[in-house]
Parts: sequence; structure tokens; C-alpha cells
Amino acid sequence: MRAFLLAFLVVAVPARALDEGAVHRLVFGDADERSQAIAALVAEGDPRAATLLRALAEGEVATAGRRILLVKGETVADALTGEALASPPEAREEVVANNRLRREIEAALAALQLVSPARDARLAAARALAGGADETLRPLVRRALAEETDPEVRALLELAAASLELRGGDRQARLSAIRTLGASASPQARTLLAALLETRSDGGFAEPDPEVRAAAQAALRAVEARLAWGEFAGLAFAGLSLGSILLLAALGLAITYGVMGVINMAHGEMIMVGAYATYVVQSLFRAHAPEAFGAYLAFAVPAAFAAAALLGMALERGVIRRLYGRPLETLLATWGLSLILMQAVRTLFGAQNVQVEAPAWLAGGVELFAGVVLPWNRIAIVAFAAAVLGGTWLLLARTRLGLFVRGVTQNRDMAACLGVPTARVDTLAFGLGSGIAGLAGCALTQIGNVGPDLGQAYIVDSFMVVVFGGVGQLAGTVVAALALGFVNKLLEAWSGAVIAKIAVLVFVIFFIQRRPQGLFALKGRAAQG
Amino acid sequence: MNAIALAPSESPAAGSVALGHVARPGLDLSHGVVLYLDDVHVSFDGFKALDGLSLAIEAGELRCVIGPNGAGKTTMMDVVTGRTRPDSGRAFFGQTIDLTRLSEAEIAQAGIGRKFQQPTVFERLTVFENLELALKGDRRVRRTLFARLDGQARDRIAQTLERVRLLGDADRIAGTLSHGQKQWLEIGMLLVQEPKLLLLDEPVAGMTDEETERTAELLVSLAGAHSLVVVEHDMAFVARIARRVTVLHEGRVLAEGPMAQVQADPRVIEVYLGR
Amino acid sequence: MRRLYGPAGWTALGASAALLFVAVPLLSLAVPPGSAFHLSQYWVTLLGKIMCYAIVALAMDLVWGYAGILSLGQGLFFALGGYAMGMYLMRQIGREGQYQSDLPDFMVFLDWQAFPWHWWNTDQFWWCALLAVGVPGLLAFVFGYFAFRSRVKGVYFSIITQALTYAAMLLFFRNETGFGGNNGFTDFKRILGYPIATAETRVALVVATGAALLGTLLLARWLVTSRFGRVLAAIRDAETRVAFCGYHTLHYKLFVFTLAAMICGLAGALYVPQVGIINPSEMSPANSIEIAIWVAVGGRGTLVGAIVGAGLVNGAKSFFTQAFPEFWLYFLGLLFIAVTLFLPRGVVGLFARRGAGAA
Repeated sequence: MRAFLLAFLVVAVPARALDEGAVHRLVFGDADERSQAIAALVAEGDPRAATLLRALAEGEVATAGRRILLVKGETVADALTGEALASPPEAREEVVANNRLRREIEAALAALQLVSPARDARLAAARALAGGADETLRPLVRRALAEETDPEVRALLELAAASLELRGGDRQARLSAIRTLGASASPQARTLLAALLETRSDGGFAEPDPEVRAAAQAALRAVEARLAWGEFAGLAFAGLSLGSILLLAALGLAITYGVMGVINMAHGEMIMVGAYATYVVQSLFRAHAPEAFGAYLAFAVPAAFAAAALLGMALERGVIRRLYGRPLETLLATWGLSLILMQAVRTLFGAQNVQVEAPAWLAGGVELFAGVVLPWNRIAIVAFAAAVLGGTWLLLARTRLGLFVRGVTQNRDMAACLGVPTARVDTLAFGLGSGIAGLAGCALTQIGNVGPDLGQAYIVDSFMVVVFGGVGQLAGTVVAALALGFVNKLLEAWSGAVIAKIAVLVFVIFFIQRRPQGLFALKGRAAQG
Repeated sequence: MNAIALAPSESPAAGSVALGHVARPGLDLSHGVVLYLDDVHVSFDGFKALDGLSLAIEAGELRCVIGPNGAGKTTMMDVVTGRTRPDSGRAFFGQTIDLTRLSEAEIAQAGIGRKFQQPTVFERLTVFENLELALKGDRRVRRTLFARLDGQARDRIAQTLERVRLLGDADRIAGTLSHGQKQWLEIGMLLVQEPKLLLLDEPVAGMTDEETERTAELLVSLAGAHSLVVVEHDMAFVARIARRVTVLHEGRVLAEGPMAQVQADPRVIEVYLGR
Repeated sequence: MRRLYGPAGWTALGASAALLFVAVPLLSLAVPPGSAFHLSQYWVTLLGKIMCYAIVALAMDLVWGYAGILSLGQGLFFALGGYAMGMYLMRQIGREGQYQSDLPDFMVFLDWQAFPWHWWNTDQFWWCALLAVGVPGLLAFVFGYFAFRSRVKGVYFSIITQALTYAAMLLFFRNETGFGGNNGFTDFKRILGYPIATAETRVALVVATGAALLGTLLLARWLVTSRFGRVLAAIRDAETRVAFCGYHTLHYKLFVFTLAAMICGLAGALYVPQVGIINPSEMSPANSIEIAIWVAVGGRGTLVGAIVGAGLVNGAKSFFTQAFPEFWLYFLGLLFIAVTLFLPRGVVGLFARRGAGAA
């Protein structure tokens, strides 16, 4: 901190000194004078003003006579010029800041971030001010607006400037401010405009000028329409994101159920295994190759697939094959396996959740509108799900294995008669389905913690997707996953998460009354069996 | 066919929703027709399994239905027994019973029995129990809870066991029977059900020559008192029992008549031998 | 009257009844606690619990072992019965709760002023007893009607019932549902006016549970030896054939599914006063699947196997969770796999001479 401060003092010393009068009033004046001094310093927008104010708030300003000093440990500097003093005066008196002053300083420091060289700091400051800036900040906002080049920050500053004009400007300036607000899509603009249309307790309008009111009304409508779109877009994206996760979780299940007609209750644990494989890869990278940490996902994805696929093939060979033709027993046996896998993971990794750190390039997000941020990790999962879907489709539609898988799905006996090695197809299809579940687990690590129960949270939903979508058609699974994702999120916004989940489950239960074979049913003799 | 007039109020299916028993009009054979299909269409995902099938079976007739694979033979049986609902067309049992409105169980109670292509018996029950379940009687849950076999019923089962030559195997678990024996057991189950119309899907598949011969005898002896529709691939067997033969092709009747006439029909030869 | 059991069977039943109704009360109440023959409260409660599970297992055997319907909703029916009895027990607390209100503590905590509608009349024992069997029965009837009518069967039926159970669990986790949310019901004080924790009450509850178990066994035995039982077995083996024989399979499946749900509700109602708590975790899908393994371990389609299986698995569970808690899930998981792979007819099948269903 000290090194930083020194560097700052050395590098950032501008030619001009701070406004001496203001600094003196800040240090020696009474409460009102101090407030005015803060406003004056802020208006200058000088970075050294920030240093001084911060020092004052932290009790690092002292006086020696009329001289004002910054005391940082052993280093003492002149507050006006920022120059370090070789022989600091011994008799110093600390300047005490009271709570009111500290609050004002805090606000001022936040505002001063508007002229910070760091874009994120400016963005945060502008966002804080967009909802309505204090009158004292008017010069600073003006100055920042004049210098700002970043469009996003500029838009927020314009809002802040408009809010200032709205309060203090003449009629023309206010109307123009309303137009500015009307062109935005931020909740702050809505609040500001709505305030203009409020009625007072005596029935009259808070805003006396009817023309301003009319303009505000029109602008408010425009903002609200845009906000509604933003909200809808956010909701749609949330639905898409959930749908992608459901798709990843259910795709493998649809394949194994389609090919073998058995429900793999350990499917959720295949997801969990994929997640823990990702965790292991991540830990290895952190321990042995921290410089390449950002690339660990490139290794984690195949590792998650391989771990789950191998486990799935072993499960098929060891258990499921021996229960051929007894689907209910298979369900129970795979459930037993899921218990063992969960307990094994508890033994190996502990019962507590572990955290998988996302690589830096997945942090943050894209802001679609003000307030609607699409996180990169969610976008990545949507893209990942699309890629997995595409890969699966190619595999099923374009390869010999895919042909066999489709053949066995439709008519196992016929396929066997035609020389399809159904036993090998079963094993490979089970490996594929489990591997895809592993990929789902890998994706899930990027949006939440990893625990032994991870799979359990998704298994019922995955079943619902398969039931809803029907068997043997990728399209059914895709449509069902996305539809359930959207419906879930829509209902969630409307009625809360638990009710949404219950409603979706009840919906699926009733849906299969109408179409027991799912959305894209294969009608016909085979399906009636 | 304006002779068939069925007012909605007479619909046998009306009110047949609850657990109760539904009184339905008995089989009306006044015009001598026991089964009547008219322009029945069934399609699965665009594949036309039945494409305007029309068929009339006379009371007491033994009709053989032949046709290449995919001709619609099994689908026709599915329609008659209520397993598949036709997309359009009519299916009547006698003059009054609309088969398209009844459930499988109701159709069976009305007097249509069916033997599957694959012998389907209750594998984990004894032969005797298989027949007991099929025995004509009250099918309601309440009655089966308190049902007891009287002497008459036992005699009936014993007679049937003798007829299908399973008397010595009455206490065997049905799953342990040979394939041919299962076929016979299933026929026995049909018999104790006392249906007016029997549908038999490949009844002699997997039987020895001797068993086939006995089956032929049995079926011929049943005709008259019962009406039978037999689907079979074994042409020798068909020739042995058939009086009239119907040839299905692509969901429609291609030809109908005595065996010799049908066998000489060039269209039939084309379908079986051509392409 | 057809024969339910042979002489040996009746003797075994009589001996069990004598043990339950005479030996257990004597050993736990009349024998002083210091004696080696004293039956401690722990064992009395464990016996009561396991007998409740055995009742559930009998119900499961009826639907799965005989009718071939693997329902993963039996745990839900059990919990519903438990909640119905729990409502009565909560009302019996009266004003002795922490807040000294007529309302249960959790309702006071939620700032409710009156009982919600579904608590109507729950201070009456007979009403709650009716709810305990009626609500699961009604739910099973409605759900089963729709499911069986649209021919949902096999694993489809299993996972749909699992989803139903899961949805119900989520619903009961909510405070607004009015069943105490996460915590459920506990801290019971009295049942029928008697203090619930005394040795006498516990013995009475165990005796009642034993009577219910024997009654359920005889009822189930009567069902499966009737022609109805053979129709069920026939549905399990070849449902379409049964329909073509003229049986409405829907009615048969619905009857046995509803009856089994009511039996589960009864077991739940007996269970809650003995263990002193009911909460939504009883509805977790895992519990329902575990019920299936009790039946599988004992032997499906034998009835007595269900009781044996419930006893063996839950006995093992009590042992493991005390001695080696971390190994219990390994054991249970292996049990699932081993029984399905190597012991399809269960423990009883090892000794039985004839196949299931006809036994």
C-alpha cells in the first residue's frame, strides 16, 4: 500500500497544485466550509484530491502550523504539492474527521472515480450516479462527460447529467433531459421519469408544467417498453440456459433408454463423476501448472467424458447386460450403483461440496441492456450444449455406430438378425450416453459447486425431459429440454421456484396421459408393444 | 349397408366409464353376418397399414386370411379386438355392436376371442389356473375376490383340458410347456371363454405335423357353432381347412373366394411371386 | 372357505401373535429394567418401526410382486398417512407448545391467526385416522386412474410415480403448505389423552402395530389366493392377454394400487407416534426405492418374504448406522445389485419349493 501510494505520488503529480483555499477550508474550516471544500475539490477532478480525501478519512492528515501534511507511516508529504518532505516537522497535529465528514468524503471519492483511469471504476461510479446525482457533482459530471470516450460509461453519465438537468435546469434543458432519459433502457430512468408524474397528497401534480409531464409520460412509456423487452430477454436467456443444462443432462439418458429400454438410475451419478473429473483436472492444473490454468477446461472436457464413459461401459458389462429383459430390476440395480458411487465420492473427496474455479476468461458477462447481463459461463454452456448436440447428431446420423444405434433403438431383434452386433452396440451406446452425462457434469462445475448429491438434483428433471420428449428422436429431447427450461423459468418468475418445479412435474404427468409415448412418438406396432 | 342403423342412445359403450358392469345388447346375427368391416383406414406415421379394408364374415364361417408381410393382417385383428382404433371406417360385431367404441375387455366380453401370433399364456400360473381365468364368467373385481369354482366349471375346464390334450399337465406351470403345448393352451383358453367369433393369428406356427393336423381338425369342428378367422402362412394348412380365403395386400382385400380360385388369381400370384 | 394357510402356517402365525401380544408387553413392562430379559424402550421402538416398514413392504409386494407395478410412490403414501396422524398429534399438544397457543408452534412462528382449511377437524382422532388411509387412497385412485388408463406401465410408471413423490416432497418443504415446512411435526406430547413417551403407551402402540401387520398379512393372503390374485399375476405376466380374456385390467390395477396406498397410509399413521417425528424427508424418492429392495431381498410375490425383507434390511440398517455409518450406503447399494443379479427370488425363494405367485 505504501509503495503504491508513493508510486502514485511520484507518477501522478501534475504540474498544477491543488486549490490551496479549498484544501485549507477542508482542514481548518467548520462543518459547512468543509462540505463546500469537498465539493470544490471534487469539481476539479484532480486525482490528488482523491488521495487527500482518502487520507483525511483514514486519519492520515496532520497539520504543522498552516502547513498540511499527508502522514503515511514514516513518510510525510506536503498535501498541496504531493512532494515528500526530507525533514518533516516534528510537531504535528492530526486532523480528526467526524462521521458526517467521512460520509461526505465517501460520496466524493465515489464520484471522483468518474475520472479514474480505470474503465471499470468509472463504470461503477457512473452507474451509481445514473439514478440521480447530487447537485454538487454537476461540474464533475460535466467534466467527466466531456472527457469520457467509453460508450457504456457515457450513456450512464448522460443519464446522470439528465437527472441533474431535470432538477436544476431551465425548461428547455429539462425537456431535452427527458428525451435523453426516454432513449435509455435503465430502471433508473424509469424511476426518475415516474417521479415527475407523481401526484402530491393534495391531488395536484408534483410537476407543475403540463408539457414536461406529457413528455415524461411518453418517455416513460418508451423506457418501460424497452425494459419489458429486456426483462423478457433475460428470462428467455435464463430459460435457454436451463434448457441447455437439461439437454446435456437428459441427452445421454435418452440414448441409453432408447437403445436398451432401461432406465439408468445412476445417470445422475455419471454427471457427478464428470464434475469430479473436472475438479481433479482443475486441481492438478492449479498445483502443477498454474500458468496454464486458463486452459484446464480443454483437458477437463475429455477427462469428464472418458471417466463417465468408461464407468458407464463397465456398468453395462457388469450389471445391466445380466439383467437384460428385466427393466424394473435394472432400475433397482442401477439405483444401488448410484448409492455406491455417491458414497465412494464422499469417501474420496469428503462429504462437503468442492469448488471448481472457473477460468478467468469465463468470468463476467455481456450486458444486453442495462440490468440484463448474460454471464459468459452461461453463454458458454449454451454453446457447449449446442456443440454436444451437434456432435451427437453427427455421430448418430453419419457413422456406422450411429446407424447401429438407431437400428437397435427401432427394432432390436431385426437389427440382430441383420448382423448388427447388438451386445457391442449396447456397450458403446451406454458409454456414449454416460460420456455425455459426464460432459454435463463438466459444464455444471462452471455454474455451481460440486458435491456428491449433484446428480440427484438433475435426475428427476432428466427423466421428465425423456418422458416428455419421447424416445428415439433427438429432436424430441431437444424440444422437451428447451420447453421445460423455458416453462420452468417463466413460472419461476411468476410464482417462485418450488411452485414452478411442482407445476412442471404435474404438467408432465398430465401430458403423458395424452401422449404416453412423448412429444415425437413413433406411432405404430413397435411403439404399442 | 343401410341395414345397420345404430342410434347413439343404443351405443353399447355409453356410460361404460366407471367400475360398474354395463348391460349391452346381445349379439344380433339376424342378417347372418358376424363381423363386418367397412372401409377401415389405419395409418402409422404415414404408413397405411389398412387402406380401405372391407370384409364380412358370415356366422358359423371359417375364413382364412392370407397375405404377404405388411398386408395388414395383424392390424385388422387389432382393429377388431379394440387394440387399435381405426382412423376412419366402421367395424361391427353382428348388427349392433360397434367395435370402434369398445375397449379390449368389453369386446372380449361381447364374444370375440383372440389368439396371438406369439403364444401368450400366463407363464407363472398353472395350466389349470390359466383356463380358470379365461373361463366365461363375471369379470368384475368384486366377483373375482369371492369367486369359487363350482363343479360345473371344473367339469368344463376338465373337458377343455382333454380336448387340447393337456389333462395330465393341469398342475404344471404354464411357462414350462413346450411351444406347441402353449399354442394348445391358448386355444383352450379361447374355448372356455366361449366366444362367438375366434380370431387366430398363425395358430400352427411352431407345431409338429401331428399337432398341426389335430389343430386343423379342431378348427373345422368348431366352425358352425362358432365363427373363425384364421390368419396363416402355412398354405397346406390353409388348403386343409379353408372354405373361403381372403387375400390381403397393402391394407386392402385383393381377392376373395375358394382356395383354388384364389390360388389361380393372377393378381395373387403377382403379389406372392412377383417383384 | 378356501385355505389361507396350512396348519404349519397357522401355527407360525399364532406363535407370532403370542410373542407380540403377550411376550413383548410382559418383557418390557413386567420384567424389571435390570433383568437380562427386560425389553428396553429402544428395542420396543425398533420392533414397532420395523413392523410399520413390514406393513409397507406387504403393500409393495401386492403392487409389485403380484401385479408387476413397480411403484416408487409408496413412500409418499406412507408419509401422507404419517402427516395425517401428525396433525392429530400436533393438536393434542394443545397449549403446551413454546408459544402457549392453540395453534402449533410453527403456525405461530409464521404469524398465522387460524388453522388453514385442511386442518379442519384434525383434533378428532377418528377424522385423522380416516385421513391417514383416505388421502393416500384418494391420491392413488386419481393418479392411478389417469396413469393406468393411458397405459403407462413398466419403468415409465416407476419414474412418473417417482416424480410425483418428488413434487410432493417439494410441496411439503414449503412453509406455506401448512405442514411445518422443513421441520415437519415433532415434540408430540399425547395420543388419545395418554402421554406418548411412557413405556405403557409405547407397548400399546407396538401391539397395535403388530395387530395391523398380522391383519394386513391375512388380508393380503386372502387377496392373492382368490381369483382376483390370479388375475393380478396374469396381468403381471401378460397384460394384453388378460384384456383379451375380457378383464378390465385398469380396474384390477387401480384396486390393488389404491388398496396398497391405503395400507401404506395406515403404516405411516402407526409409525409417526412411535418415532415421534414426521418431516418431508420421509417423501424423498430414495425412501420409496428402498421399499422395493426390502421386498426384493425377502422375495417378491410371497408376502412373507416382504416381511422378512423389511426386517432384514432395516435390522441391518440399525446395525450399520450405529456400528459403521459410513459403510451403510455401500452395503445397501451392493444389496440392490446383488439381489437383482443373484437372488431374483429373494431369501424366501431359497427355501421355497414352488414359483412365486402360486405359492
